[in-house]
Amino acid sequence: MRALKPAPPFFMTDSLLQDAPSAAALPEWFTKAKASATSAFEALPMPTRRDEFWRFSNLKALDPQDFTPARPVASEVCEELLASSSGIKASAGRLVFANDQLLARNTDAELAKTGVLWMPLSEALHSHSELLSRYFMRTESVLGSAKFQALHRSSVKEGSFLYVPKGVSVSAPLEAFHWLAGSGQAVFPHTIIVAEEGSSVTMVDWFKSASEARNMACGVNDLHVGAGAEVRYVCIQDWSRQTVSLHANATTVAERGSATHLGLHLGGLFSRIESLSRLNGAGARSDMLAATVADSAQEFDQRTLQDHRSPETYSDLLYKNALYDQAKTIVSGLIRVEPQAHKTDAFQKVRNLILSPDAEANSLPGLEILADDVRCSHGATTGEIDAEELFYMQSRGIPARDAYRLITFGFLNEVLERFPDQTVRERLQETLRARLHGH
Amino acid sequence: MSLVIQNLHARVVGGQEILRGLNLEIEKGRVHAIMGPNGSGKSTLSKIIAGHPDYEVTSGEVLLDGTNILPLSPDARARAGLFLAFQYPVEIPGVSNANFIRAARQARLAEGEELDAVDYYGELYKEMDSLEIPRSFTARSVNEGFSGGEKKRNEVLQMAMLQPSYAILDETDSGLDIDALKIVAAGVNAQRSSNVGMLVITHYQRLLDYITPDVVHVLVGGRIVRTAGPELAHELESKGYDWIREDLAESASA
Ligand SMILES: Nc1ncnc2c1ncn2[C@@H]1O[C@H](COP(=O)(O)OP(=O)(O)O)[C@@H](O)[C@H]1O
Ligand SMILES: [Mg+2]
Repeated sequence: MRALKPAPPFFMTDSLLQDAPSAAALPEWFTKAKASATSAFEALPMPTRRDEFWRFSNLKALDPQDFTPARPVASEVCEELLASSSGIKASAGRLVFANDQLLARNTDAELAKTGVLWMPLSEALHSHSELLSRYFMRTESVLGSAKFQALHRSSVKEGSFLYVPKGVSVSAPLEAFHWLAGSGQAVFPHTIIVAEEGSSVTMVDWFKSASEARNMACGVNDLHVGAGAEVRYVCIQDWSRQTVSLHANATTVAERGSATHLGLHLGGLFSRIESLSRLNGAGARSDMLAATVADSAQEFDQRTLQDHRSPETYSDLLYKNALYDQAKTIVSGLIRVEPQAHKTDAFQKVRNLILSPDAEANSLPGLEILADDVRCSHGATTGEIDAEELFYMQSRGIPARDAYRLITFGFLNEVLERFPDQTVRERLQETLRARLHGH
Repeated sequence: MSLVIQNLHARVVGGQEILRGLNLEIEKGRVHAIMGPNGSGKSTLSKIIAGHPDYEVTSGEVLLDGTNILPLSPDARARAGLFLAFQYPVEIPGVSNANFIRAARQARLAEGEELDAVDYYGELYKEMDSLEIPRSFTARSVNEGFSGGEKKRNEVLQMAMLQPSYAILDETDSGLDIDALKIVAAGVNAQRSSNVGMLVITHYQRLLDYITPDVVHVLVGGRIVRTAGPELAHELESKGYDWIREDLAESASA
């Protein structure tokens, strides 16, 4: 194991290079891109609120802080984290990471026989370098976080690699846990899913903190949905309330493929969440879902793009935010329909439930329709708990506070209900219920 | 043991007076019916008893087994034994029917006590079966996308699951075809017992063919203007509400 000498702040990028595990053994394409990402990170300016993609953002939260790349976690703590990694009851495989280091892994024996690859990124870089190189961070950042994606690219060392061969259907979900321990540390979790033609898979990512300490996470997802393939992905962001989190998702869908991306956003102090769905082939579909519980001084800054590049594509976005206390949310959603993407359906709905007079919800919809014969709609609403719903519940004996919680649960549960996998849905509901407990 | 409404005056908060000195006593074990023309204040009466925040009581009392419930919150009134079957049941998106009723049951338990899930579902299914509500409705969001008849059956289901000591049924017959009406009425009749007093509100006499009341009242202009046996309902059916109004006008001028 490396000596644990305290590393300088991550914004001093030298330390990131030093930190890479046995850099010599990594494939050349990876280290080359890493080096150029390091320069890109240094060259790119910090975003300002004048940037279109950072309007209303609280950039203070992103001021360079003394975060260092996360150090390995002591073995007693690892034991505890493993014990707390309770996700889906019957998963087809799981990976558990703490501070970007693998703690545990398993794969259903039957699954391995189907040719599905399910392994930590660090291993895939060696064993499936060529395959990985074709998909790894191939989608450029278009939603404002180019600098932070460069940081991720320059610092990433661990994550999940899931490859589903042509025609293979994985029925039980796969899941990964990313723990963040210590304080003043930064992790760079990565998830890459490649679903080949006609395949089908569900994956769940958990992001959790070992303590309430202030840390940083800068993660990236690559979801590649092949022709006629189906990918259902959930991210449960449950970092500590002191964590600064940046997470960028890029989904690309080939013809007739279908992606469902659901974010359950619960934790973090400041969370920047970018999600791009690129519909590359005719008949491709993407469902973009998010349910956010924001309380205390939490901020969730969500930016999305539904990018229709082929005819007869379909996208449907539903983002819901429940805001307590002084919490703040932003949903800035752009629909872009390229000239050739005729007969496209693109929908976008943002719903905010305000539970405190001090909370602030911002919705910034945008449309860029360059094709004819397109069905598009977008709408954002902001409201409070409906008085008649409250009275109805109370008239059954349910105390007002419980009624508020139940109605809020229902409001967000409408998003969870859209997720096709029942086991996962029930686990999400349980997690949401636990998060609302005490409100 | 009874639910007593004494000289109740109430209005829309800061607005028009709707109840103008209403008196009524519903004894446990008895079924009272209130009939009245549209807009006479029937729903308002039921909502005021249940504690709807749109209304304020300017004078009078509502005593549940001797305790004035007017100072209580709507949920405390319900836990004290009151139940209101809504004329227009409310939809609650994203909250399953089973969880909703379960929360209502849980609210009646002591702090720290947990509902037994197996018993609960057993009981729920039994009541749903007898009301001919498909079991898939446990997972459906409360009242969302339910037909008029399904909503009313769902109200009766909740009443069955919550076992109130006083139940007010506000136009539980409206919007029902005859078959649905029979099912709902059977559900209500099954709950008639010496432990519960019922107030059945209806615009039409039809419901009272299936739920035979002990007493019938007529509500006009925020007041009970006539009280008699079940035959009053038939009289109203044949003569209409104008007959009562004319009668009232005559006795007022006499
Ligand atoms: N919240 C309210 N705001 C204003 N007017 C109301 C309100 N509730 C009831 N009213 C009025 O009170 C009267 C009685 O209504 P309601 O109790 O619904 O009658 P019923 O149920 O007998 O048809 C009607 O004129 C109605 O418009
Ligand atoms: Mg009415």
